[in-house]
Amino acid sequence: MLSKKTKEALLGPLSKNNPVLIQVLGICSALAVTAKLEPAFVMAISVTAVLAFANVIISLLRNTIPNSIRIIVQLVVVAALVIIVDQVLKAYVYDVSKQLSVFIGLIITNCIIMGRLEAFAMGNGPWESFLDGVGNVLGYGLVLIIIAFFRELLGSGTLFGYQVIPDCVYEIGYANNGLMILPPMALIVAGCIIWAHRSMNKDLQEK
Amino acid sequence: METLNLFIKSIFIDNMVFAYFLGMCSYLAVSKNVKTSMGLGIAVTFVLTITLPVNYLLENYILKAGALQWLGEEYAQVNLSFLSLILFIAVVASMVQLLEMIIEKYSPSLYNQLGIFLPLIAVNCAILGGSLFMQQREFASAGEATVFGLGSGIGWLLAIVGIAAIREKLSYSNIPAPLRGIGITFIVTGLMGIAFMSFLGIKL
Repeated sequence: MLSKKTKEALLGPLSKNNPVLIQVLGICSALAVTAKLEPAFVMAISVTAVLAFANVIISLLRNTIPNSIRIIVQLVVVAALVIIVDQVLKAYVYDVSKQLSVFIGLIITNCIIMGRLEAFAMGNGPWESFLDGVGNVLGYGLVLIIIAFFRELLGSGTLFGYQVIPDCVYEIGYANNGLMILPPMALIVAGCIIWAHRSMNKDLQEK
Repeated sequence: METLNLFIKSIFIDNMVFAYFLGMCSYLAVSKNVKTSMGLGIAVTFVLTITLPVNYLLENYILKAGALQWLGEEYAQVNLSFLSLILFIAVVASMVQLLEMIIEKYSPSLYNQLGIFLPLIAVNCAILGGSLFMQQREFASAGEATVFGLGSGIGWLLAIVGIAAIREKLSYSNIPAPLRGIGITFIVTGLMGIAFMSFLGIKL
């Protein structure tokens, strides 16, 4: 069912070609929503929906879009999808939607989406584009969830809002590290993930 | 006085890069030398300062619930706020197109340096983010929105010039190989963010 090329499109972005760690795309939203796991999870799902469908739509339209106005066409398709996602979130998970505030709207300007539309969907068929979209978003979501895991665990002692660090640990003097909740720590955690990832993959290191 | 406070607050306390991580992609990609980042910073400031008042007027006279009342009583019920994302991004994209033409005419060298990043300002989250924050905070007048745009732009400019200066010096230092390039830039940005947090307690 999956040829070599489609497999590469789906699995490559998980590690070797990760959109966040290697191509440095989509950082803005990746870092702003990672103080807790729940918003990070919702964000990853929203971006999945938008990117997968935007890739398919653009790939279907790719032969009819004039080259000079392609950016605007892409933006309109993405913006329309984001509005749908925004309305769905407001209807079903209002609390999380409030927490994510402007960052749902900012999915439009998430560079991963524009980057994949430009680099992949404009030159490939709908099915490959769909897989490429899903693969890239999985890579993005993976990084998002790793960062959120560490920040929520060390910063609030909870995962998905449930307490995981037992009370007896607090009684002997352990305290939550409030610094982890603050925005700058997202950058430092991301820096450490890049460090670990590149120590494992020597060929990705910059000279 | 209120306006001055807003200006200073949007530069330091609500800094686009350090407090909200907006405009990170171009921030990381273009910050290799001070001169180019200065040019990009000015371009972003310019686009923010123009788009915010335009989007403010759109928001208050067309999009908001009841904003169409000036057309007549029967339009008072209309709420077009779900269209705001598309309209905002259209305004941003057309302003960027305009800026591109101006820069190409008056400063071809800057135009060549900025290269692909000039059209990409359209998808710079700092700019759409500015409009969305403007919508969320419900400023009292278009003037306030302009000041907020100018302040956010200058804050972004400060951040990118700062990191570019640090990265120029970093190229001489002996960093562990896996951390070189993008890794250390993340960590330095994080440290700069912590430094900027010291402005948090300031009450203006």
